[in-house]
Amino acid sequence: MENSSNTQAIEVLSLTRKFNSLVAVDHLTFSCVSGSTFGLLGPNGAGKSTLVKMLTTLLPPTSGTARIAGFDIVQHPELVRRKIGYVSQMLSADGDMTGYENLLISAKLYGIPRSERAKRIAQAFEFMELSHVSQKLVRQYSGGMIRRLEIAQSMLHRPHVLFLDEPSVGLDPSAKRSVWERIGELRREFGTTILMTTHDMEEADHLCDMVAVMHNGVLAALDTPAALKSQVGAAATLDDVFIHFTGATISEGGELRDVARTRITTQRLG
Amino acid sequence: MSHAHESQLSDWAEPFPGANYLRQTMAVAEADVRKLVHDPVELLTRMVQPVLWLLIFGQVFNRTHAIPTGGISYLDFMAPGILAQSVLFGAIFYGISLIWERDLGIVQKFLVSPAPRSTLVLGRAISSTARSLCQMFFVYVIAFLLHVQLRFGVLELAGVVLAVMLGSAVFSTFSLIVACLVKSRERFMGIGQVLTMPLFFASNAIYPLSLMPPWLRVVSKANPLSYQVDALRALMIVGGGSTFGIGIDFLMQIAALAILVIVATKLYPSIVT
Repeated sequence: MENSSNTQAIEVLSLTRKFNSLVAVDHLTFSCVSGSTFGLLGPNGAGKSTLVKMLTTLLPPTSGTARIAGFDIVQHPELVRRKIGYVSQMLSADGDMTGYENLLISAKLYGIPRSERAKRIAQAFEFMELSHVSQKLVRQYSGGMIRRLEIAQSMLHRPHVLFLDEPSVGLDPSAKRSVWERIGELRREFGTTILMTTHDMEEADHLCDMVAVMHNGVLAALDTPAALKSQVGAAATLDDVFIHFTGATISEGGELRDVARTRITTQRLG
Repeated sequence: MSHAHESQLSDWAEPFPGANYLRQTMAVAEADVRKLVHDPVELLTRMVQPVLWLLIFGQVFNRTHAIPTGGISYLDFMAPGILAQSVLFGAIFYGISLIWERDLGIVQKFLVSPAPRSTLVLGRAISSTARSLCQMFFVYVIAFLLHVQLRFGVLELAGVVLAVMLGSAVFSTFSLIVACLVKSRERFMGIGQVLTMPLFFASNAIYPLSLMPPWLRVVSKANPLSYQVDALRALMIVGGGSTFGIGIDFLMQIAALAILVIVATKLYPSIVT
């Protein structure tokens, strides 16, 4: 089951998901080195969310599989769940509870024993610089605070792999900076492997060691941000890379549902 | 600061077998109860309906003697039915919170945790029982004020509590299944409206089985609500009796709950796909 000589935190093996006739993810194969931060770019509808849903065991693949921290997502989803953290693009923190209550419930769900719980929750608030608001209802938090709380929540059980689905969507520049700073810190402190989806090229450039551009269910490009940029041109930015490989401008594309969801998230964060 | 020395999930031994399962189930329930404590307004709105039924419908029908009640007043006869109804109406729309929390992204967070799917279902069933006990309290207060002949023995009260909790668990889990099938709030509201009245009228809540045409009697006997009402009538009211036998009442409810929990556990993950 667990591969002892494993330096790949994520191994995706010919992973495929069809929705009726639509192939959302098409025989995808790639891997992420343990401890690295991996950015997944691509226009709306490219299959990023479907991929993340399969890797986090929320959606069964049509064919193929993936291994997370050595565990197969099809054969042992319950073991995979012990090794991963997930912050969805939507607001997974519960606004009707306090920040402390949110973390408490999570700690219990992850089976963290009483003796360890209080310490980890206190550390998490300190780490995310939220100690002063731990007893406030989350609906009174700012967008950046909610994101930091959600990341803290997903890290309580010290996952090997953390999935961040558009971590800075809807945040103002300074909130975005503080979230980036915490993500970087988290990686230094815990050695967590991070897979993040993003539309924000600056974010990918800032945080990721490797970047994959996804288009129509396949990877159109996969390399370090620097290598990708030099491939496209001397003064290229990641925006140029994106357009080069997807043939679309960033603002185009996307279903009504994607747009609506992002707007709702943005509105609630504001 | 290093976290290398920290213990891992797999290192934590359970104090007893199933301890983790229990903790996860109760954590799901606790989340809901904590939210209710922060905002209990919803509970108050649930007082209105039983008051109307007992005060208006009950008072009027109390004056006719057309319904055979087995020697007790009609108001006494219907009070357990109204308690069961109030629990049913509360529980049947419970599934909408799953759809709502799915739209927010909260359900996804629970589903990526290592908590078994059945704890997510059972936890919700348990949290719905907390609400139902508040309703039980309201209905007892109203019934007492209307001079319903209530029994206050410890055993009887414990039996009523159990019957109310079971009834709430059954219908909230049923509601969860409906939510997993219809997946959208609009459709859920439509179906919820369609389901409640037949469940209520095809039961012995406000008239006895003996008064029903044969086909309705068959339907009523397949309705878990009938068994809840039957148990409540025997346990709650001075002079009230059970038609099926209290043992059968509880057995049928437990069997219904077991089946519903198994089905809901199977369907639950599909709410996010």
